[in-house]
Amino acid sequence: MEDFYREIIIDRYKTPHFRGELEPNDITYEDDNPACGDHIRIDVRIDENQVVTEAAFSGEGCAISLASADLLLESIIGKSLEVVKELAKEDILDMLGIELGPVRLKCALLPLKVLKAGVYGIGGDDSKE
Amino acid sequence: MTAKTTTGFDVQQVRKDFPVLSREVRPGVPLIYLDSAATSQKPEVVLQAMSAYYRENNANIHRGIHQLAEEATHAYETAREKIVRFIHAPSTEQLIFTRNTTEAINLVAFSWGRNNLSAGDHILLTEMEHHSNLVPWQLLAAEMDLVLDFIPVTPEGVLDLDEYQKLLKNNPKLLALTHMSNVLGTINPLKEIIRDAKSIGAVTLVDGAQSVPHFPVNVVDLEADFYAFSAHKMCGPTGIGALYGQKDLLEKMPPFLGGGEMIKRVELRSFKANDLPHKFEAGTPAIAEAVGFGAAVDYLLELGMDKIEEHERLLTNYAMEKLAEIPDLTVLGPPAEKKGGVISFYLNDIHAHDVAQIMDGSGIAIRAGHHCAQPLHIKFNIPATGRASMYLYNTLDEVDRFVDGIQKVKDIFK
Ligand SMILES: Cc1ncc(COP(=O)(O)O)c(C=O)c1O
Repeated sequence: MEDFYREIIIDRYKTPHFRGELEPNDITYEDDNPACGDHIRIDVRIDENQVVTEAAFSGEGCAISLASADLLLESIIGKSLEVVKELAKEDILDMLGIELGPVRLKCALLPLKVLKAGVYGIGGDDSKE
Repeated sequence: MTAKTTTGFDVQQVRKDFPVLSREVRPGVPLIYLDSAATSQKPEVVLQAMSAYYRENNANIHRGIHQLAEEATHAYETAREKIVRFIHAPSTEQLIFTRNTTEAINLVAFSWGRNNLSAGDHILLTEMEHHSNLVPWQLLAAEMDLVLDFIPVTPEGVLDLDEYQKLLKNNPKLLALTHMSNVLGTINPLKEIIRDAKSIGAVTLVDGAQSVPHFPVNVVDLEADFYAFSAHKMCGPTGIGALYGQKDLLEKMPPFLGGGEMIKRVELRSFKANDLPHKFEAGTPAIAEAVGFGAAVDYLLELGMDKIEEHERLLTNYAMEKLAEIPDLTVLGPPAEKKGGVISFYLNDIHAHDVAQIMDGSGIAIRAGHHCAQPLHIKFNIPATGRASMYLYNTLDEVDRFVDGIQKVKDIFK
């Protein structure tokens, strides 16, 4: 079971690369995992081509959810929002490199859920501003 | 571990009564079950009683005159009698079977609340309530324009009784509080609290989900007007719980759910409600579960509730002592002498989920999260805690393994 806590997960949990908040931002969204009280906010900046230039997360969570957030944000820098919308559960599990039961899966997927809600929230057009 | 044990309580013998305790979580990893506050394990006698009921007596109750229907009705009503005796209630009319504690509290909110409260009335709760003794009152308050007041929890994790006295000046119509906190483990001094509430004419409801399973409870002595608890936390099955109530209150309350069983006579546009307790038991009830509930109570009584309480006290004292030696670990709630066998804790910089996950790797089942008491976690400014909760079948050796498990967590996150 300890291999569950792969080094990359502990590392990213203890020294995340993308922790923080971006103000101003183009996309921001936050949500909770009601089962455990985890709370994640994700801020994203995009350029005129809808490509992610910067991203940051903040909030409270377990090693799985926070490492997942950090790895997820790393993976979207330089990607277009269209690509971000295509991200799926499998991508997250690949990044973490572990298999998860239903309860922990919720932790791992919370950042993706938050990110996608944010991205779909602005609807892919520039109506916000 | 050969520390002192409770006299006349053979925990190894008790463990043999619970089939699940002999399983391995994964090959070579025995189960250490420390999540009984969520739900307890079930002894063989309960499983057998339910199985025997289905194999031998199954029928619907109170409505057939054939042999099986008589037997099923008898089994169901006998279970009620057992539970009545267990909490020292005066009569079977005062013991309503519900689905669980939550439904029992909702029954009171719906049926008593809607008929005895009016806009502007105060309801007094506490900051340590489980969501099931909070949300029903929030719903009612929104519907009826009521005011909710809360007895604060002190930093130590007990009720602030001075503030309580002040809040009584708002003349609450109802005081609803837990006997024992499922997070802090705090056992509230109910007798005095209820006495003071009654002196200003408030009706009192006690959430007994964590008390009835763990120590002797006498509802008459406590003078509670309503007392709610669940079978599944006291060695019984899920799907059944109970509400005890004062007779005069219950008699004046309209039914909760409508349907069969709760009626005496029905016409197209009207009905006459059945007598207590059936008035509040609409539809076919959880009959086999009631039988299992009765068997659970028999089982607990045979071991002796005071013996069980003493055994848990030993475990709690021991665990609190051991945990106090671990740096970076904080236990929420009061010292051992004011609490039952519920230990919520957190480790600096390690999330409770990770703690529980790593523990699970060693076969140790604890809970992580806010344990359905989110406001309390907000108050203490902790997103989540780990919770180890103990029951009659836990051992000192298991406490040691739990403490070792915490060390392992710390090593992984070092
Ligand atoms: C203090 C307390 N109240 C109420 C409940 C709710 O019990 P149930 O889910 O059986 O209705 C619980 C258990 O989860 C509890 O610990």
